[in-house]
Amino acid sequence: MAEIRLTNLAHSYAADPEHTTDYAIHEMNHVWEQGGAYALLGPSGCGKSTLLNIISGLVKPSHGSVTFDGVEVNNVSTQDRNIAQVFQFPVIYDSMTVYDNLAFPLRNMKVLESEIDAKVREVAEILELSSILQRKANNLSADQKQKISMGRGLVRDDVSAILFDEPLTVIDPNLKWKLRRKLKQIHERYNITMVYVTHDQLEASTFADKIALMYEGKIVQFGTPRELFENPNHTFVGYFIGSPGMNLLKMTLSEQGAELGGITLSLNEEQRALLQDVGNAELTLGIRPEFVQLSANQNEDSLTCTIQHTEDLGTYKIVTVLLGEHTIKIRLDEEQQIPTQEAYLNFPNQWMKFYADDYLINSSEEDSNE
Amino acid sequence: MNKTQNNKAWFLVLPVFLLVAFSAIIPLMTVVNYSVQDIFDQNNAYFVGVEWYREVLQDPRLQDSLLRQFMYSGSVLAIEIPLGIAVALMMPTRGAMASLTLIVLAIPLLIPWNVVGTIWQIFARADIGLLGYVINGMGIDYNYANNAVDAWLTVVLMDVWHWTSLIALLCYSGLRAIPDAYYQAARIDRASNWAIFKYIQLPKLKGVLIIGILLRFMDSFMIYTEPFVLTGGGPGNSTTFLSQTLTKMAIGQFDIGPAAAFSMIYFLIVLLVSWLFFTTISQLDKDKTKEISHES
Repeated sequence: MAEIRLTNLAHSYAADPEHTTDYAIHEMNHVWEQGGAYALLGPSGCGKSTLLNIISGLVKPSHGSVTFDGVEVNNVSTQDRNIAQVFQFPVIYDSMTVYDNLAFPLRNMKVLESEIDAKVREVAEILELSSILQRKANNLSADQKQKISMGRGLVRDDVSAILFDEPLTVIDPNLKWKLRRKLKQIHERYNITMVYVTHDQLEASTFADKIALMYEGKIVQFGTPRELFENPNHTFVGYFIGSPGMNLLKMTLSEQGAELGGITLSLNEEQRALLQDVGNAELTLGIRPEFVQLSANQNEDSLTCTIQHTEDLGTYKIVTVLLGEHTIKIRLDEEQQIPTQEAYLNFPNQWMKFYADDYLINSSEEDSNE
Repeated sequence: MNKTQNNKAWFLVLPVFLLVAFSAIIPLMTVVNYSVQDIFDQNNAYFVGVEWYREVLQDPRLQDSLLRQFMYSGSVLAIEIPLGIAVALMMPTRGAMASLTLIVLAIPLLIPWNVVGTIWQIFARADIGLLGYVINGMGIDYNYANNAVDAWLTVVLMDVWHWTSLIALLCYSGLRAIPDAYYQAARIDRASNWAIFKYIQLPKLKGVLIIGILLRFMDSFMIYTEPFVLTGGGPGNSTTFLSQTLTKMAIGQFDIGPAAAFSMIYFLIVLLVSWLFFTTISQLDKDKTKEISHES
């Protein structure tokens, strides 16, 4: 059990990194607290697996340090870091039985057979592997194999953290849910730090208390699933989280308000104040499809738009509308009536987010509220 | 299931049948035919039943060379398999060195058998051969032409030189097929190098090793050219193996009947040993799972 701290950590696979593009991981400081359940979420190739392998010691970072409970482990081998890692494709020792697979890490540590037996049975019980303990491991299904690889991490009492590298990719959808719940239970029971890498936001938000969202080698936001949804720090967070992602509209500032390519959106005092000091930065207005209001009747501050098409997903509808040159997606309830051609949009003030060069412009007031 | 009656379909099988008949069944049956008859000339052939088989099996020459053959194949396998695995484990995995190693290893496999025999015939000679001369120079009396032990060692060494590469290359390809995640998981599970070899590499090499062992067993069991060129079966009969004994019998003495019976026995031994080996290995896993499922 440990708190994992990354200090000025950066990594490049190139021998002599010169440009920022040479880096798989850009310099970052981050703390995974002891006992937390974290998800490391991001698209393919954003560096999340690299980061995970750096923590487990399979990859040595080119810059900065990794500390476990304050002790630097940069030069400590994977074997001695006391880390468990579950890989995308289940790794099992197929010449051994399920029992021997689970006992393997303990036998390598020369633990007494009687202790091994107790521990293996306990873990098998939790993972529902008891009935197949004596079977050979090579003929099992993918989810059972994946449970075995998790089990090898759990048998070790002293494990600092368990890292999961997209562990449910090869599992059937209906079993995914079960295994994820199992993971949650295990986390509650053992209070082990867990870091779970995935590119699936649903997986991340069901598993983790806090999500670190990675983009181009950086952690762009670290927060609860709700924070990531309601207050995305970066346009990428807005785009990546949510289904569909946040509407992002390029805008400029004028006397009247926000110019969205020919359409003017009036802003209140607070928003104006917020946008005053951005200088030459490129501005983006972001609003979640869930928060856009659509109505057939014009009202104060509403913007005229044309309906393009509606997708009915059974439990909700996604309406695509054209606002000037921008396409906007709106998520509506099943029952809600949708105007046929012309419609009127409202952006509620509290859900409008402004981004300067892709980063959220924070009002000082909001900061103090949080 | 309903089978459709279609007799024309048989015509499609016919070419394969003919091919197999001409390449395997008919020649084999000819040998069977010889082995049960005593033939003097075209019109004088007498059926003798298992007479030739009995005679051949009681022939001390055959018994001796059969024993030698098993010892030879056994020692060749006992050296080449572990050595081949070891070489494969030590081979570089990427870069120019990897290609170079592969080429160097492949060279012995490309040399014709009688050339290999000739190379070693000269290489190991005590008077002018580099190897033989050096060994003698170190004060060890070595001469494969008149010392049975030396001759044996040379023949085995020659085979090891010629064929270890095959095992090494097979294992190398087998090792490359193991995904990195296995090694990473093993490091995380704190496995020692020995444990990695025993529980990851060796089980994953099982497939190629079965093929390697079978190939090397059959080949070494039927070896003819190399020892014939190197030692001519001598000194005495110390390096005369089965196929050489057979050739002497069939071509040298023209004992077609006994030679045919000998061939059949020879063929059956190779078949039997290969079959036993293969079934034992492939049954091994199944048996274990069965036993265990009884317990639980």
